[in-house]
Amino acid sequence: MATKGIVTGIVSNLVTVEVDGPVSQNEICYIIADNARLMSEVIKVIGKNAYVQVFESTRSLKAGDHVEFVNHMLEVTLGPGMLSRNYDGLQNDLDKMEGVFLKRGDYTYPLDTEKLWEFTPLVTSNTTVIAGDWIGEVVENHQKLKIMVPFAFEGKYTVKEIVAKGEYNIQHEIAVLADSAGKEHKINMIQKWPVKKAVTAYKEKPRPFKLLETGYRPLDTVNPIVEGGTGFIPGPFGTGKTVLQHNIAKQTKADIVIIAACGERANEVVEIFAEYPHLVDPHTGRKLSERTIIIANTSNMPVAAREASVYTAMAIAEFYRAMGLKVLLMADSTSRWAQALREMSNRLEELPGPDAFPMDLSAIIANFYGRAGYVKLNNGETGSITFIGTVSPAGGNLKEPVTENTKKVARCFYALEQERADKKRYPAINVLDSYSKYLEYPEFQEYIAEYISPDWVHKVHNIKSRMAKGKEIAEQINILGDDGVPLDYHQIFWKSELIDFVILQQDGFDEVDANTPMPRQHYMLDLVINICNIHFIFEHFNDVGTYFRKLINIAKQMNFAHFESDDFNRYKKQLDTALEEHPKRLDD
Amino acid sequence: MAKAFQKVYTKITKITKATCSLKAQGVTNEELASVDGRAAQVVKIEGDEVILQVFGGTEGIPTNAEVIFMGKAPTLKVGDQLIGRFFNAYGEPIDGRPQPEGKEVEIGGPSVNPVRREQPSELLATGIAGIDLNNTLVTGQKIPFFTDPDQPYNEVMALVALHAQSDKIILGGMGMTNDDYLYFKNTFSNAGVLDRIVSFINTTEDPSVERLLIPDMALTAAEHFAVEKHEKVLVLLSDMTNYADALSIVSNRMDQIPSKDSMPGSLYSDLAKIYEKAVQFPDGGSITIIAVTTLSGGDITHAVPDNTGYITEGQLYLRRDTDTGKVIIDPFRSLSRLKQLVIGKKTREDHPQVMNAAVRLYADASNARTKLENGFDLTEYDERTLAFAKDYARDLLAIDVSLDTTEMLNVAWKLFAKYFSPEEVNIKAVFVEKYWPK
Repeated sequence: MATKGIVTGIVSNLVTVEVDGPVSQNEICYIIADNARLMSEVIKVIGKNAYVQVFESTRSLKAGDHVEFVNHMLEVTLGPGMLSRNYDGLQNDLDKMEGVFLKRGDYTYPLDTEKLWEFTPLVTSNTTVIAGDWIGEVVENHQKLKIMVPFAFEGKYTVKEIVAKGEYNIQHEIAVLADSAGKEHKINMIQKWPVKKAVTAYKEKPRPFKLLETGYRPLDTVNPIVEGGTGFIPGPFGTGKTVLQHNIAKQTKADIVIIAACGERANEVVEIFAEYPHLVDPHTGRKLSERTIIIANTSNMPVAAREASVYTAMAIAEFYRAMGLKVLLMADSTSRWAQALREMSNRLEELPGPDAFPMDLSAIIANFYGRAGYVKLNNGETGSITFIGTVSPAGGNLKEPVTENTKKVARCFYALEQERADKKRYPAINVLDSYSKYLEYPEFQEYIAEYISPDWVHKVHNIKSRMAKGKEIAEQINILGDDGVPLDYHQIFWKSELIDFVILQQDGFDEVDANTPMPRQHYMLDLVINICNIHFIFEHFNDVGTYFRKLINIAKQMNFAHFESDDFNRYKKQLDTALEEHPKRLDD
Repeated sequence: MAKAFQKVYTKITKITKATCSLKAQGVTNEELASVDGRAAQVVKIEGDEVILQVFGGTEGIPTNAEVIFMGKAPTLKVGDQLIGRFFNAYGEPIDGRPQPEGKEVEIGGPSVNPVRREQPSELLATGIAGIDLNNTLVTGQKIPFFTDPDQPYNEVMALVALHAQSDKIILGGMGMTNDDYLYFKNTFSNAGVLDRIVSFINTTEDPSVERLLIPDMALTAAEHFAVEKHEKVLVLLSDMTNYADALSIVSNRMDQIPSKDSMPGSLYSDLAKIYEKAVQFPDGGSITIIAVTTLSGGDITHAVPDNTGYITEGQLYLRRDTDTGKVIIDPFRSLSRLKQLVIGKKTREDHPQVMNAAVRLYADASNARTKLENGFDLTEYDERTLAFAKDYARDLLAIDVSLDTTEMLNVAWKLFAKYFSPEEVNIKAVFVEKYWPK
């Protein structure tokens, strides 16, 4: 019999429940209010008292209200039909809810039970299978999705029966599997999974190495992220975090994109709702919304569901990874999630860590980032979850606990800088503070040498050190004045400006410049490095700026023109002429 | 004052500065109560012990005070009778007129389902060029003024209220001085606009904790007009820093561990719950929130402006222009995140380019000024930018300039032509052709 309980205490969204039977940590229960059942999660147990966080407003609850426990943790419902959907943090389908306002206790089913799917079996009777193995296939939005042995199945199973190719709904029994004891389990296309547990139905998790193409030069060229990699974007407000994230979500060469809007502005989600059905995936030509799932827990939605939202998003990502797909998961912003943890820990009267965050914050963040990754499945195929989170550091100070703890685990760091944003140098990523650890991975270096060119990593380091040198010189010029430094210094400085304007800055709102495919990035990097390698001769420091401004202007026009179009080639010719005409030292 | 069915308690077991506790049955969370005639709200239930937050403070409350539970959360009676009226934090009239009748709704109601929102796209003109030209507002937007306390922010708010093209204006005053309250009242009645204004005022003389109710009261009224009547509603909240201070007082008295700047750890959620009420509905109704966040010494890294900046869609800075002595909307640090949705689309085509060019030239002037201060010589171009900056501040940025957007653009073109050549202004040739004064 399921455990029941009675409400004995309420403070904000933390409710104390006296229980009449066993409960487990993180078990879900429902508080029976006047006209709704309020979903809650057990977060602490002392004796007969279970402390539960309520995923809804606790207004009008009272001591003595009844509580029913359901004997499982917070789960996602996985199956075909999730693409293009807009869920809340608990995977309720927002579009299925009636009315303008969110009603307390309104839980909607995340999938469509009526729709028929063209199912193709991938196994035959008597095949031995284990959790995560593909037993069938359906097509959703032109993507081949797998129907898998449920992740929760332990040990080996034998396929007893499997339906023939045909149209079935998700609740239709499609196979019967027998476990090692001979007990038979009927399965359909739906499976459930507790969101806080990582799906481990894969063979191994090798080091990731394949470049994930985002179309963004400051990422792909300078600080690349890989399929199955992790990265984070901290930045004060107004530095373009969200625009950057949205653009990455739009352009990245991924099969599935999951966006967790965690405690952010509702209008930003509305922008996605409004635009995605009209935008085109640059890699497949199909609608962007077809590959996207949105998990929206905006800042005015219940705080406890904020924490759940990132886990819901991750569990859904793991589901698609197990199908051998390339998943990009973005969470904006993980700081809001950490703040939700802080609110709860405070109400539980736990001893606080730095900035009143819970002591285990770093472990929670590390665990979560750890669930991303590149995996080899049991059948030899591969899949990946690339995770990029944004962090909203309090006061723009990167020395706060969420940023610091994230920095320990995320392998790519994209530091957005107020100063660059003020100068309208977008994306405002400070190239010197930012890094990608993948550049140092031998696996990545090998891959990129093959994929682009053998000296690629060397070139990337070349422009980075030129940027560092340029910055040093800019500071010296500020102190000593234009004529207080050698003439050559001006040239070094302006070469770093050339790199900045042509490679590091990218107009996310320009149709062409917004997305730069790798061959084009390769071309432009070579072009810029070749210019940097020329030793120009100048008479006066004023001439250096004038000349480089001209070069920058032409090179930028190239960025705005379609690659290798007539316009592009015309600007290239202009650039070549400008380079030829200028006196240089030939010994270089 | 107890009604027949209400149970009266007279045994208070514990009194602190802001709360009192007693044993009571069947009390619901967030329920409203009266303690010795003062409004209070249930903030914690522990078994049969109930903790009440007494909004007016607990000074003088005896342990045998009469405690009556109202059986409901704080409510407001919404309807047309609210219009033109002034209320306190409990929704009681402070203008000497009778309590209005209307539909009783709980304040601090649920959030709008994000999929039922519409992407904001309608221009909200204020007539103030520093806003309409450089930081154009859109209905359904939420944006604060970041201002030092010595700037005339309430005057600016009143100006915006008078000029803004909206159906209703809801004013929420938190810790507002009595003088400022009367200023608003007089300004509104002199301008003859009381028929579209509703005010909820908590003055500095009122208990500070009471002001926690103000935004919810104001926004509940706003939701009535936006949802039921499909009206464009503008909500003015001044000053949100006072609201946050009240939050910190309460959390302190509830023994919560403070986070940054002594603010409660839930500050972000608390502020977001208010600001996110800004919304555009598909049927034309909208709520736009313009708030004031006073800064201490211009510090925007303080928890209140910092959290606000992450929630709102931009911010407007008020400052005094040194050249003209006028209060202007700072074109550098101010930002309206939603302006891209309307400029050049709902306004004249040259708007984005003119806006950027003017700000760029104003920035050149600022560089010239730095040069001057550092004792360097000015070029002839520098001189012209300085002269331009002065005119620009006086004719466009100053908050007392009231023009429609097309006139603002014309003024900008006139100033460009007065001081610069088309090449220096650097605007698309087609626009120069069309709009450069001949």
